[in-house]
Amino acid sequence: MTVVARRARGATSGAGRLAVALLSPTFVVLALVVGYPLVAALRESVFREGTDLDESGFVVEGARFVGVDNYASVFAGESAVRFWNAFSNTTVFTVITVSLEVVIGVGMALVMHHALCWRGVVRASILVPWAVPTAVSALLWRWIFQADGVANSIIGQQVLWTTEGWQAKFAIILADVWKTAPFVGLLVLAGLQIIPNDVYEAARVDGASPWRQFWRITLPLVKPALLVAVLFRVLDALRMFDLPYVLIGPRKASAETLSMLAFEEAASLRFGPAAAYATLLFVYVAVTALVFVRLLGADVIGAARERAAKR
Amino acid sequence: MGVRTTALRATAALGVAVLLASCGSGGNDTGEQTGGALEGRGEITFATGKDTSNNMQKLVDEWNASHPNEQVRIIELPESADAQRQQMVQNAQVKSDAYTILNLDVVWTAEFAANRWVVELPTDQLGLDKFLEPAVKTAQYRDKLYAVPVYSDGGLLYYRKDLLDAAGVKPPKTWAELIAACQAVKPAQPAIGCYAGQFEKYEGLTVNFDEAVHSAGGDVVDASGKPVVDSPEAKAGLDALVTAFQQGVIPQKAITYKEEEGRRAFQAGELVFHRQWPYQWNLAGKTDGSSQVAGKFDVAPLPGIDGPGSSTLGGHNFAISAFGKNKATAVDFIKFFSGEAAQRSNLLATSQAPTLASLYDDAELIKQFPYLPMLKASILSAKPRPQAVKYGDVTQAIQEAAYAALTGEKTSEVALKELQAKLQELVK
Repeated sequence: MTVVARRARGATSGAGRLAVALLSPTFVVLALVVGYPLVAALRESVFREGTDLDESGFVVEGARFVGVDNYASVFAGESAVRFWNAFSNTTVFTVITVSLEVVIGVGMALVMHHALCWRGVVRASILVPWAVPTAVSALLWRWIFQADGVANSIIGQQVLWTTEGWQAKFAIILADVWKTAPFVGLLVLAGLQIIPNDVYEAARVDGASPWRQFWRITLPLVKPALLVAVLFRVLDALRMFDLPYVLIGPRKASAETLSMLAFEEAASLRFGPAAAYATLLFVYVAVTALVFVRLLGADVIGAARERAAKR
Repeated sequence: MGVRTTALRATAALGVAVLLASCGSGGNDTGEQTGGALEGRGEITFATGKDTSNNMQKLVDEWNASHPNEQVRIIELPESADAQRQQMVQNAQVKSDAYTILNLDVVWTAEFAANRWVVELPTDQLGLDKFLEPAVKTAQYRDKLYAVPVYSDGGLLYYRKDLLDAAGVKPPKTWAELIAACQAVKPAQPAIGCYAGQFEKYEGLTVNFDEAVHSAGGDVVDASGKPVVDSPEAKAGLDALVTAFQQGVIPQKAITYKEEEGRRAFQAGELVFHRQWPYQWNLAGKTDGSSQVAGKFDVAPLPGIDGPGSSTLGGHNFAISAFGKNKATAVDFIKFFSGEAAQRSNLLATSQAPTLASLYDDAELIKQFPYLPMLKASILSAKPRPQAVKYGDVTQAIQEAAYAALTGEKTSEVALKELQAKLQELVK
């Protein structure tokens, strides 16, 4: 497939020029909406706002260039503890939620795929959580997890979910899995629908059990779609902000993520340090994405191409 | 570092490309930021939090009818206080003239004044001697006036009159009496919680912590603005709350309470005492079935360690943006809005505490709001939260320390010592 692609790319130079002309609006838009904020944030992260007061109590205005000071102070003293705590929270949330979402999402996709009757209803109801805005679902879950809430009356104990501790993490993970497993399910369902039926027929003729069919046929063939889903989810989960912020609240060590650190700084008008946090998060996300694509071979564009070729 | 850079900075940090548009609106850099001349008449805007009762609009309509050439337009900001502050700050940073009058929370005065985002106001023109003095103080920064207090607020001790009467005890004046009153009530009501305030990690915790410290005779920062929170008095105040949590005087779940969670608990009859703002009076008194305690409660001043306690001041002040146009109109409108007629109509419509002293002594109003004399006493003896330029950092430090002590993560001594060190860093 790559050979074909390469040959097509290196066609005539006239076609190349046309391609450049046709693509340039896209690049201009990308430069404006992706490139510019990125560069601006990087630039911002090496400045610091003046916060000193003059004799009559007024703030001395102006930002100073501080080089890598904003980054250095992230890793110094108390803020280092806070940063690494947020870093590990972010990582833990990402690993656990995405793993659970993959298992549950694949299950959901199979149910949606094989539903014989009420297909529309089954699919729609599975997708409802995904359609609810995150902040709203966080409010719903906060209501469930409050001291006199549904969660406590179901387990018959009073757990204070929104206080510091493992229970806060658990609440976030549960709410996040509830909300985004359908997303994984949706992408996997798309993958399932392009697996031709005759493969299964052949397997049945050969006497393969449903379990074996799932491991040997369904999973390998749905893998490209699944990997794309996982990649999207990982990138999304690393930026997690609204759910812990609304459900548990700001500045709680058990729930603080990297995005929340950047937000807190920006809300305190320290845009330099905020940009430094945001940049660090960006680097973390970018490295994760790169590793993911390299190691696991998640081929975002290739998967789409393959799918198109199969039709 | 001009208008553009600041705008870009805000944009970059938040990563919101949409904000780019606001660069354009930050047009005029006349650089005029001093309080001297409040000139110009014409249309103005009034940026405020949600107008839940619609009474603001009613008052603005009234004003507009009599001032055809000086129309006022309300700009409603988001409901959450943090989001309101952020929008106002962003507007100030790009020097936009979109907001003329700003409805500021009392704790924002120092930040907005020190950054020259609001202008100094002429004290002699505003008749401030008729206002409650503590409320006026919240509008000052370094002894200069930057805003006019329009809404005030003070904490009250709501108590279950029926239960106290049945047990034959009077409303408590001290913390020890409060605990004794609970013990007297307990035999008849074994499941009831004794006391709650606002203890979730948010601004309400700062309010409750300050009250505990002040009510024990301590201070967070002294009159000259120096942090003094590692005093024995402050420790006694914080310890009262910590012990109350440990002994179950405050129910465990109250650590998750903001105003509304606590109100629900009080209305469901789960609490004997509740520290709350005046707004609970109407809601808890509703007889439509939403409140189990209608007609069964009353209010008292907050209890202290040895004598009566001291509330934390709440409320809102109106200030004029340094970048707004038509400041003369703005001054007149603020006079109108803080005048007696407007404040009376506000109290009737929203039951928010007025800032004019005379309204608290008005027999007609007391008939409708029986708690007014109590509230006046509460506000007159109330203490402000630290008036710091970096108030956001100050309140976070306070919440950090208080929450750690209340949840038993740190002893109150360690928490206060760390808080003292942090405050010294922040209030330099």
